[in-house]
Amino acid sequence: MMGGFLSRLVDGIPARGLILLGVLLVALIAAPLFAGSYLLTVLILILYFAYIGQAWNIMMGFAGQLSLGHALYVGLGAYTAAALYVHFGIGPWIGLLVAVPIAALAGAFIGFLAFRFRVGGVYFAILTIAVAEFARVGFDHLTWTKGSAGLFLPVAQYTHNDLWNLRGHPVMFYYILLTATVLALIGCRALLQSRMGYFWQAIREDEEAARSAGIDTFYYKMVAVVISAGMTSFAGVIYAFFYNNLFPEQVFHISRSIEIILGPIVGGVGTLFGPILGAFILTGLAETLSATLEGLGIDLPGAKQVFYGICLLLVIVALPDGVWPWLRKRIGLTERGS
Amino acid sequence: MSALLSVDTISKRFRGLVAVDRLTFEVPEGGIFAVIGPNGAGKTTLFNMIAGVFPPDNGTITFAGERIDGLTPDKICRRGIGRTFQIVRPFPALSVEDNVIVGALLHRHQVEAARAHAHEVLRRLDLYDKRDQRASSLTLPDRKRLEVARALATDPKLLLLDEVMAGLRPTETDRIVSILQELNRESGLTILLIEHVMRAVMALAERILVMHHGASIAEGPPEQVTRDPAVIHSYLGAEAV
Repeated sequence: MMGGFLSRLVDGIPARGLILLGVLLVALIAAPLFAGSYLLTVLILILYFAYIGQAWNIMMGFAGQLSLGHALYVGLGAYTAAALYVHFGIGPWIGLLVAVPIAALAGAFIGFLAFRFRVGGVYFAILTIAVAEFARVGFDHLTWTKGSAGLFLPVAQYTHNDLWNLRGHPVMFYYILLTATVLALIGCRALLQSRMGYFWQAIREDEEAARSAGIDTFYYKMVAVVISAGMTSFAGVIYAFFYNNLFPEQVFHISRSIEIILGPIVGGVGTLFGPILGAFILTGLAETLSATLEGLGIDLPGAKQVFYGICLLLVIVALPDGVWPWLRKRIGLTERGS
Repeated sequence: MSALLSVDTISKRFRGLVAVDRLTFEVPEGGIFAVIGPNGAGKTTLFNMIAGVFPPDNGTITFAGERIDGLTPDKICRRGIGRTFQIVRPFPALSVEDNVIVGALLHRHQVEAARAHAHEVLRRLDLYDKRDQRASSLTLPDRKRLEVARALATDPKLLLLDEVMAGLRPTETDRIVSILQELNRESGLTILLIEHVMRAVMALAERILVMHHGASIAEGPPEQVTRDPAVIHSYLGAEAV
């Protein structure tokens, strides 16, 4: 049974792709052994964006619904789990059981408003921004989560790793995010190749034609938003327990939502590996840039944002489909729908 | 033969314009029925009402014994009406095969079963060899046949074809005509087509409805309709006789 599952898992991936994926995975598993604490933090950030990028990609890349407010789901996940921990001592994994449904519900609310009343395209994107902004302002005034003063999780010295309460060394967070990224990749592939995946792509390509082919577009768009929102909120929970402090101004800010979508856009919207590659390229290069500038003693605030802008510009001009479709061709991998 | 589709005194008005005016007709099960008429006669509006894009202002549409007017396009497709668009709308970034799989998945839950069915449909429409191409890279005649393939893959009882021959060369037209005849003969598929290409209409249709300014001006077998003075005057032109 395990063998059958494994063979289904890798079915259709060219041998060379499997080898490359395997090498990458082994390198990532071994990385904490060699990486210093700075590099480890960068890798954590990369995996964080690789994971969320995949979640966002389900909505935009698969089903064609542009969300510019994914910080909402990160924030809801982060605040729910953190508040439960701070107020009731409820651990993050139990908190997850509350956080994910809340985020999914928020996604369902936005989806229902938009899809029921035929708000599409740019207007849908604006709605996602609006709700995230509502949340930002709302949480600024929500005393239960300490409003704009910020919610702080108790921090102790890292004497040992407490996986159950997510208290411990960054290495623990690294492996959690690595696992999440790998599981997300497997899950996204299964979704894309499923019946629903076909329907999502049909909706993305031409919604009216999809309806005429018998697809209940409302239902399938709702499912995409709910899955994407729920998945994203998990990253929020990890975020809260990694940084130990939450400010509405930071967590829900639109710049966070934009950061989330840059990786998939650079890597390749709608592809499976694009969001992961994009996270490596953007976060990797941006952090290298920061470190280099710092090493040279140059103080340039905003250099990272400018760098993101340049990256985005280059990709849009030179590789409008993203880096991954181009790279995939260069290294001779042409799996259908990867 | 009993009627698979009956349209009973339906009307549609856009602001001041009466696009379809109290139209009534029946399409018998297993038949091939053509709707012709000059541009702006209301043919596509009629199609859109049957396919559920918008409901008629008045009148009823009955399919297989049940009212379908007012249902959404996806529900109507699930009842067994497949359609093509006048201006083709394939899923451009998907492969030809995946385009047809989307249709085949309507009544199949396993992707592999849908793929097998899609291959069957693609073979019928001479698109099997092009199945791995992106739909956007196809030529117009191929894209027209892809539209038919996607609609057919949903296993319709009634196929609505909105000017599938328009813009095709005569050889391409004949190719589609023979494919449609085969489908009709072998699987009993009922076809309702809007068409300007009289060569195709005359070859295919058992019955023709002629629309003008939203209303029916003639209906009957092809030989009778094409001799009708009103039809010649408003649509075919004197030299067509």
